[in-house]
Amino acid sequence: MSDTTKQAPSPADVASLARQRPTPTVPGGQTVPTHTPGREAVRGVEVTGAQALVLSLEAVGADTVFGIPGGAILPAYDPLLDSTKVRHILVRHEQGAGHAAEGYAAATGRVGVCMATSGPGATNLVTPIADAHMDSVPMVAITGQVASGSIGTDAFQEADIRGITMPITKHNYLVTDPAKIPQAIAEAFHVASTGRPGPVLVDISKDALQAMTTFSWPPQIDLPGYRPVTRPHGKQIREASRLMSEARRPVLYVGGGVVRARASEQLRALVDLTGIPVVTTLMARGTVPDSHDLNLGMPGMHGTVAAVTGLQRSDLIIALGARFDDRVTGQLSTFAPGAKVIHADIDPAEISKNRAADVPIVGDVGEVINDLITQITLDRATAADEDESWDFASWREQVAEWKTTFPLGYTDSDDGTLSPQYVIERIGALSGPEATYVAGVGQHQMWAAQFVQYERPNAWINSGGLGTMGFSVPAAMGAKTAEPERTVWAIDGDGCFQMTNQELATCVINNIPIKVAIINNSSLGMVRQWQTLFYNERYSNTALHPTTQRVPDFVKLADAYGCLGLRAESREEVDEVIKLALETNDRPVVIDFIVHRDAMVWPMVPAGVSNDKIQAARHAAPVWERED
Amino acid sequence: MSKHTLSVLVEDKPGVLTRVAALFSRRGFNINSLAVGQTEIPDISRITVVVEVDGAALEQVTKQLNKLIEVLKVVELDPTASVQREIMLVKVRADAATRSQVIDTIQLFKAKVVDVSTDAMTIEATGNSDKLRALLDVLEPFGIKELVQSGMVAVGRGPRSITDRSLRSA
Repeated sequence: MSDTTKQAPSPADVASLARQRPTPTVPGGQTVPTHTPGREAVRGVEVTGAQALVLSLEAVGADTVFGIPGGAILPAYDPLLDSTKVRHILVRHEQGAGHAAEGYAAATGRVGVCMATSGPGATNLVTPIADAHMDSVPMVAITGQVASGSIGTDAFQEADIRGITMPITKHNYLVTDPAKIPQAIAEAFHVASTGRPGPVLVDISKDALQAMTTFSWPPQIDLPGYRPVTRPHGKQIREASRLMSEARRPVLYVGGGVVRARASEQLRALVDLTGIPVVTTLMARGTVPDSHDLNLGMPGMHGTVAAVTGLQRSDLIIALGARFDDRVTGQLSTFAPGAKVIHADIDPAEISKNRAADVPIVGDVGEVINDLITQITLDRATAADEDESWDFASWREQVAEWKTTFPLGYTDSDDGTLSPQYVIERIGALSGPEATYVAGVGQHQMWAAQFVQYERPNAWINSGGLGTMGFSVPAAMGAKTAEPERTVWAIDGDGCFQMTNQELATCVINNIPIKVAIINNSSLGMVRQWQTLFYNERYSNTALHPTTQRVPDFVKLADAYGCLGLRAESREEVDEVIKLALETNDRPVVIDFIVHRDAMVWPMVPAGVSNDKIQAARHAAPVWERED
Repeated sequence: MSKHTLSVLVEDKPGVLTRVAALFSRRGFNINSLAVGQTEIPDISRITVVVEVDGAALEQVTKQLNKLIEVLKVVELDPTASVQREIMLVKVRADAATRSQVIDTIQLFKAKVVDVSTDAMTIEATGNSDKLRALLDVLEPFGIKELVQSGMVAVGRGPRSITDRSLRSA
């Protein structure tokens, strides 16, 4: 294996043979996305499949790969050692590699890359791949596979990862011919990053990595069945503008698609142009600044009263890159009963999947918004003066009243223990809008979505669709790697943290100084909250350790990893430790915030019931009759 | 819930049938019948799927199928404007006493005998599912020893072809 590898030219040698070539196009006229400015064309170089893989990664502009080597992927790691363009970060668990690639992608919009060996290496990537699929994260996962002759024999470390990941990838490949490696990589990056983004897996057999082949770049991209529609239909745009003009109580329902499409600027222009109130979903926090008057906050199960009620009472929902997830709609049959729906999404299958759309618009949400702005400007100019169209002033007053009457809030515990919401609020206040906040899953995630003020897209990264505990630390590591100049907080729970904290070692060794805030309530808080509310306070298996004992002692654990470990147990200590963390940039920081165990996430709509049943706090349903 | 016949043109690549079949199961759609075969264009296969769904779900099936990268085209065939056929091979108990009765019966269905032995006959029949079910009903009293049936294949009536446009260049 290594003999042939050594005789072939190194990636640097091949790069020196490079010549400029025009950007290639695929059938159907799409341009292949250019990931690097100086994209190099290479013709007919004799290399191994493994070298072809590394050269392909360099050519598509992948600068960082998170991974762990192993038997089947081993040939690929040899030329990786020579690459000056691709930085490989050795993680501690493949799940960490996958979430790190997601964090990298979510922070920047660029394709995140992770790599693992066959069998268990590949199956450990399943969770992050499923996570990326649910949240439309552009990601390419490369896995080694046993030699093609052994496939199907239950060989050592064999797993049919292509079969396993079929339902959780946008597309996937099994490559057994070294000549097909460049094409598979080019197509994988193209598919992952265009249309509705998502994960693509490329499984490459060991013999394909070892065999000699001729490397040329760019390869032919051959995807006749893949033609994402990005240009919205003019007729639908006109119809959407007409519905908006006739509406009295419209709401812009903004989802994560706006973040992925980098359409926040356009969205803000649309909001300012129309004066229509906005709700930003868990995946869309920051697309419209929280400081914006018309931003009602987050809708859904733990959304603000104003956002949830705004949607419920609306007569027109303009859904932009959102998918009417059950966590947003609550009981679907009673969701926004009086609303017509304009639904814009790049994925036609999302439109009318859960809620029937009156005006379906398939297209890139940025282009949709631009076209809407043009159309609305035109329509408003021609609207009659005495006309009530486009006048949403009284609706704005109404939602503003809900916003002031039912602000987000919390009450401190009676015993003086620390409120988790306060901790998170202070982290946000002291770190500012330019920092990136990456959450795990559970109560702390909801509080982080509620109590940090988001002013820019990509500042908030979390696992929304799949709800993957353990997401935070590795995803924060990926985000920090992509944008080393930013302060990156992992806001994590003590349950989540214990699923993936080994990546702190990766952070220390590779100088990725993330800051971890463990919101330590010594329990699986969200599950405990449900047990409190719906299971008669019978706390079955949600206490992680007795509150009197520290198992583990997170400060000592941080210290053992070479991180700065801090702890805060009272309100007075909070700012002090956060400031110290913000000043410490030579190593990761872990802060153990010991918080009140019985704090709950409010508002809340219990699962499966109508959003009309929102409770602003425990036993405190808003009294609507007052406003009505 | 009603039956719908979908013709799905796909790239002939390994795993494509799995992708299509798995999509139906994971999205909770029931497949009544499935048939795969080559088309007149090299490297393009045609999958004929019969699904039992209501209108909204049918739209979702079609959209989800279209999301598969290797799916080139999905067309629903209207039963009144298409020809639909299944093939059935059925082994019926038939000895010297009943053999001619069986032969008389199957001739009414334009079915034919493809194998004979002392106490059984194998009959080949093609048609739509109603016709094949009717044939089975009349063969039942003789005793059915073994039955095998293909999935339905279907093609639209008239001169046009669903592979006419765009795919030839693919």
